[in-house]
Amino acid sequence: MTFPLITTSRWEIEDAHTIDRYVETEGYKALTKALTLTPEEVHDEVKKASLLGRGGAGFPAGVKWGFLPENVWPRYLVVNGDESEPGTYKDRILLERDPHQLIEGCLITCYALGLSQCFLYVRGEMAHGQERVASALNEAYEAGYVGKNILGTEFSVDIVLHWGAGAYIVGEETALIESLEGNRGMPRLKPPFFPASIGLYGKPTIVNNVETLSNVPWIVLHGGEEFSKIGSEQSTGTRIFAVSGHVNNPGVFEVEFGTTTFRDLIMGENYGQGILNGNKIKAFIPGGASAPWFFEEHLDVPLEKSTVDQAGSMLGSGAIVVMDETTDIVRACHNVVRFFSRESCGKCAPCREGTSWLEKILQRIIDGNGRDDDLDLLLDVCDNISPGITWPPKQTTICPLGPSAVSPISSAIKKYKHEFEAYISQSSQGTPVGIQGGIL
Amino acid sequence: MSRLNEESIRIANEIISRYPIKKSALIPLLHLAQEQEGWVSGEAMNHIAEILQITPAEVLGTCSFYEMFKRSPVGEYQLNICHGISCHLLGAENLLHHAEETLGIKEGEVTEDGKFSLEGVECIAACTEAPCLQVNYRYQNKVTKSHFNQLVQEINDGNRSEIPKHGSLAKVRQSIPAERLAGIEPVDGAQPPEWLNRNGRDS
Repeated sequence: MTFPLITTSRWEIEDAHTIDRYVETEGYKALTKALTLTPEEVHDEVKKASLLGRGGAGFPAGVKWGFLPENVWPRYLVVNGDESEPGTYKDRILLERDPHQLIEGCLITCYALGLSQCFLYVRGEMAHGQERVASALNEAYEAGYVGKNILGTEFSVDIVLHWGAGAYIVGEETALIESLEGNRGMPRLKPPFFPASIGLYGKPTIVNNVETLSNVPWIVLHGGEEFSKIGSEQSTGTRIFAVSGHVNNPGVFEVEFGTTTFRDLIMGENYGQGILNGNKIKAFIPGGASAPWFFEEHLDVPLEKSTVDQAGSMLGSGAIVVMDETTDIVRACHNVVRFFSRESCGKCAPCREGTSWLEKILQRIIDGNGRDDDLDLLLDVCDNISPGITWPPKQTTICPLGPSAVSPISSAIKKYKHEFEAYISQSSQGTPVGIQGGIL
Repeated sequence: MSRLNEESIRIANEIISRYPIKKSALIPLLHLAQEQEGWVSGEAMNHIAEILQITPAEVLGTCSFYEMFKRSPVGEYQLNICHGISCHLLGAENLLHHAEETLGIKEGEVTEDGKFSLEGVECIAACTEAPCLQVNYRYQNKVTKSHFNQLVQEINDGNRSEIPKHGSLAKVRQSIPAERLAGIEPVDGAQPPEWLNRNGRDS
């Protein structure tokens, strides 16, 4: 490893979540430095870094920041800590182990963009993360890093800890804003495409992921140019990946963008250490449950946004889920589709109806009631949610949740169609969905 | 006692004061109600509507969207077994069946003594620790059948006092000293922040 750890540098330090240890390990130095610069200069550093958003879509943060309209006030920062994408496990550790780093990133962002208030939205189920962030905020307020006249300057901003109550869709940024306004967490109709123009309370709002903002202190302290030297040209810096499923050493690893491959992460001695029980790899999900699956032939694809996009999937939320040769592909596929079906917010018909029918059809195949034309039916429903079943997906819905349910089906059928057919060939045929043993 | 009690109202007012628009405090207030009673009753929802000056229907609308809010009583210990893809690959279904057999209830039910309730839940972000579960939103990692039995035994014996009763989330609350508060800008007619056009420390 020749790159510096950017976001996980304090993970091995037991009390890194306390303000004392944080300050001892260069904490709040970047904020102090930022306050000697003009807000524009700070914004420029982040632009130079070409920091890609670490939430899922991978949109450049500096560009997103640039979408704020001039002279509209107040403006808000909303931190997306609603990590719920199956396989994804990084933001929770950042919240629990290094909450001050995130708080410092928020403060610098508010300073750079002239934001009036920050809302730090933490997923409801993460009780410990909420405790750590609450303690950190209390300490930081007390010590003068957050609130009125930060570090004795005119710069003043409040950070409010807000927490959710269990809904995957709230990770979509406009749904997050709805939830923060006290509403059902349903995505808003686009345009506007970015809440930077119309967001929280109808005002300009920047929504950034926990990991994205956790990079900001390092960028300001060491400079955007230094940051852009790490990783590859189009995917700068490092990225945190969670490797889970059938590997010997499941874990969460910070690696350099672009230079590391999936094989390194899954098989490497310092990372996943190969497949469980010496088995062969059957498939892997490269970027969270929404991403189309990869197979053995994709192992040498480098972890870089553009190459993974070209290969037909995405790095998404940094979640790699490995399935070995013992995996029942139909059941794995059903599992992921069930997730999207349950988490569909119900606003758009193709997703609400489509995901639930996909789940039911897969269920009947597993139950031994599959029909000969079920695979065509599955793909037909998929086509209604995401016309053409292409990548990147087209969508008939407001947000990408619906098309995400298409990914596991199209990938699994592409490579392991025979497993679906095996289920169907043994089936009793003809039992209508939902009427077990009955006659329609 | 279904309405928010005095202490909850005090905390509620503190939370409300942090938002430019009161309704933003709705989810945190529903959590407060659930913390008080273990679930969210109609009475509590009506009270929250009064406090936030919104309609009870709006409160119900939001409350019913989110999985964590229970609108009927659940067990003192809510066992959420993750059945996300990573846990699925490492035996989540077996664990769930084992839990159903051990507790004598099905997924979604409460034990007769009201002590446990059981649910299969979507990914809880502990994928490298699969299979995992949460008891009242406290993590248990790499759970085997014997771990599960031990957990239930310890709870029954009263030996897991670190797990708060259902409804309590973070044991630490945010508190902002009045003199440290930067101040909440009104949503309409706000001016650019004073510090924006000055050069950092020069001011």
